[in-house]
Amino acid sequence: MAFTEEQLVRYSRHIILTEVGGKGQKKIGQAKVLIVGAGGLGSPIALYLAAAGVGTIGLIDADVVDLSNLQRQIIHHTSDIGRPKVLSAQEKIAALNPDVQVLPYQENLSAENALRIFSDFEYIIDGTDNFPAKFLINDAAYFAKRPLIHAGILRFEGQIFTILPGASACYRCIFPEPPPAGVVPSCQEAGVLGALAGFIGTLQGTEVLKLILGIGKPLTDRILKYDALRTQFREVPIRRNPDCSLCGMHPTIQTIEVQEQPVCEIDPASSLHT
Amino acid sequence: MRVKINGKQEEIQETNLLDLLKAKNIEPRMVAVEQNAKMVDRSSLMNTRIHEGDEIEFLFFMGGGSETE
Ligand SMILES: [Zn+2]
Repeated sequence: MAFTEEQLVRYSRHIILTEVGGKGQKKIGQAKVLIVGAGGLGSPIALYLAAAGVGTIGLIDADVVDLSNLQRQIIHHTSDIGRPKVLSAQEKIAALNPDVQVLPYQENLSAENALRIFSDFEYIIDGTDNFPAKFLINDAAYFAKRPLIHAGILRFEGQIFTILPGASACYRCIFPEPPPAGVVPSCQEAGVLGALAGFIGTLQGTEVLKLILGIGKPLTDRILKYDALRTQFREVPIRRNPDCSLCGMHPTIQTIEVQEQPVCEIDPASSLHT
Repeated sequence: MRVKINGKQEEIQETNLLDLLKAKNIEPRMVAVEQNAKMVDRSSLMNTRIHEGDEIEFLFFMGGGSETE
């Protein structure tokens, strides 16, 4: 299929890049990307991927927009308070770029639905907060063999890396299992600089566009850490762990497991057991 | 001895990784520890000796993104 006159103009700053060109822009138009979480990270990811003309964007989030979200979740506006995040985001994307098809899932990602949803997309982006979700996404991306762009943020710091399942280090290679409830504070408890979410989310969007285009060097086997207070970046090399319970030599995780309760919310009763 | 912790030169007294975490007030369950670009198993932190010039990296759990209420 050929570009319309309008598309040639809309994507002209991409097409003029020798690494992208008309061919690359077509790849972007045919790409299917799933964003898990339409929040602080998901907002800039969704907006930039929509602007770039990613053909199909899936959004999964069960929440409705809350006033306290607006400090960083820039795809949602004041008038969206109380509305489902996936619908609010879908409207903004449609207004930004009608070329994009949005598939909204107003539900939580779970052990039951993860593989089915992941199999409809080519790339997965983790924009979630709680650790059971991050482990579930890591495991499901591994079993579905889908490249995953992982990221986390807290206070003034963020970290991001790309996982090519079976070929590069996975989340469990570094963190074998979720932290016990209450040990790690959430953004809700500890706070987060809104613009930091935008920055890390934009990096995630950049990394997935590189994968789609097949250009550059993916952010695999290294974690990029960003400290906003000091304006410092550090790259920490990581490796596949032969003892990884998911992608190691003798994996003990054979299927997606039902995760325990979200640890992001401090539950005094459960932290007593740990 | 002198080691590099998260990219910064530091003078430390501790001789194993678990003691270093304790001295820094870091709960071992909330961090992954790398020594000279190799991940150290949590169960062997106590038995992992620190050597002069080691590069030690603490990788913390980070959530972020969208909150589940
Ligand atoms: Zn692994």
